[in-house]
Amino acid sequence: MIAIVKYNAGNIGSVTNALHRLCIENKVTDDPAELQAADKVIFPGVGEAGTAMKYLRERGLDKVIKELKQPVLGICLGMQLMCHHSEEGNTDCLGIFDSPVKLFRPSRALRQAPSGNSQGEKVPHMGWNFLNTDDQLEHNESDPSENLKSGILDPRSLLMQGLAKQADVYYVHSYYAEICEHTIGICNYILPFSSMLQKDNFYATQFHPEKSAGVGEQILKNFISLP
Amino acid sequence: MALKKRIIPCLDIKDGRTVKGINFVGLRDAGDPVALAQQYADQGADELCFLDITATIEKRDTLVPLVKEIAAVLNIPFTVGGGINDVALAKEIIKAGADKVAINSAAVKRPELISELAAELGSQCVVVAVDTKRIEINDPTESSLNGFTNKVFVAGGRIETALETIAWCEEIERLGAGEILLTSMDHDGTKNGFALELTDLISRKLNIPIIASGGGGTAAHFEELFKDTEASAGLAASIFHFGELPVPELKKQLVEAGVEVRVVE
Repeated sequence: MIAIVKYNAGNIGSVTNALHRLCIENKVTDDPAELQAADKVIFPGVGEAGTAMKYLRERGLDKVIKELKQPVLGICLGMQLMCHHSEEGNTDCLGIFDSPVKLFRPSRALRQAPSGNSQGEKVPHMGWNFLNTDDQLEHNESDPSENLKSGILDPRSLLMQGLAKQADVYYVHSYYAEICEHTIGICNYILPFSSMLQKDNFYATQFHPEKSAGVGEQILKNFISLP
Repeated sequence: MALKKRIIPCLDIKDGRTVKGINFVGLRDAGDPVALAQQYADQGADELCFLDITATIEKRDTLVPLVKEIAAVLNIPFTVGGGINDVALAKEIIKAGADKVAINSAAVKRPELISELAAELGSQCVVVAVDTKRIEINDPTESSLNGFTNKVFVAGGRIETALETIAWCEEIERLGAGEILLTSMDHDGTKNGFALELTDLISRKLNIPIIASGGGGTAAHFEELFKDTEASAGLAASIFHFGELPVPELKKQLVEAGVEVRVVE
C-alpha cells in the first residue's frame, strides 16, 4: 500500500489521480501507524512552508516522517520541507537533506537587455524545464562508481530508469533547494538548483511528477518499484 | 538551456461540452472535453486552458464535476476560467483538480479578488485574463503609442472599461496574480500573428509570465512571439482544433527555428 501524507497542503488530489491512472492503490492518511506500515510514502504539497511545518509539528507528523524506514518521496513543497531550513517564513524544516531552501531572485538585469534573444527569468519558475543538465550527465556517464564516491549518484539510476537523457518536467516554485551532497538531479533556472534529492530511503523532486506527462509517470512507477 | 516556451490549446466549454467544431482524426465524440484533453496531452500540449462560456450564473453543478473528470485523466497542468467571480468557486475548482483558475471581468469589477485568491490558493494558481483592444485617441495628453492607447474590455469583449492595458497588467502583478493571459482582440481570429509590440512591452515590464493569445495561425507566428517578446506561452484554439497546425507539427517547426520547446518522444 502507498500512503500519501495528509496535511494542509494543496495538490494531494493530483497525486492520488496520478496513482489511480497508474492503477496503484493508495491511501491519504495522517495516521502515524498507517504511514509507518505503508510500503511506500509520498509526501506531496503545494503551499507555504511555515504553515505546513506548524501543522505537521502540531500533529507530531514531523517526527513520524523523519523516522520512516521505507522509501519516501517528497514532491515540491514536500521536498522543501525535507530540507533543514526554508527562507519561506524563516522556517526550520525536517532536516533530512542538507540543502537550505532559498527564494529565487528574478534576474532583472538580463531582462532589460535590448530586444533580442536574451530571455528574462521570471519568478515563480513555472513550466517545463530540464531534470538534469548536460554537464551532470556527462559527468556521470564515464564511470558511475566514481560518481558515487564523489557523492553524485548516476542520475539515470533509481528514479530515473527508462528516461531519455534530457527529460523535461513540470516545475512551479518560487523557492529552491541549493545543491548539496544529496543532490541527484539538477535543473538550471537563474542558477543551478536541486531538482532531485536522495538520502538513504528519502527521495524528493522539486518538480511535479504527477503533472509531468509520461516522464513523470515513469518516475512515479520507478519509485513504486523501488525495493 | 532554458525554461521551455509553452504551447497551450484552449477549449471552450458550454454545459459540460466543447463548443466550436473540433476535428480530430479518429475522435468519435468531438464534444467530449475529457477525450479531447487527453488527446492534446498525448500530442505534447504543455498545458490546457478550459474556458466555460455557459451563460448561467450557477456553474457549480456542471463545471466542478467536469473539472474532476478532466483532472482524473490529464497528466499535464490545466487552467479553468469563465465566469469565476468568488473565492469559494475558485477554491472548489482547484480542489476538484485544476492547477489554476483564470478570472477576467470579476477582477476588473473588484481587483481585491486577485489578492484574495492569491492569499487563499497561492499566486501560482491565479491567472488573470486581460482582453485588450487598441483604441485611437485624440487627446494628446493621454499616454499613447503613436496616437493609440490599449484599453481593457470585459464581458467577452463587449464592454470597454476605463482601464489602460499596461497599467492594469502592472496592477494585476502588484495584487499578486501568478500569470496573465493577454488576448489581443485586434488579432483574435485573424490568424495573422500575435500582438507582438504590446506583448513585448508588457512581458518586459512584468516579472510574472505572460501567455499571449489571439492571432496565432502558423508556426512562424509562434516563432516571432517567442523570439521578439518575452511571452512564456502561446495560446490558440481553432488552429489546433481543426488540425490546421497540430501541436507536434508546431513544436517540430519551433525546434527547427531554434525555439526551446518540450518535445515528446
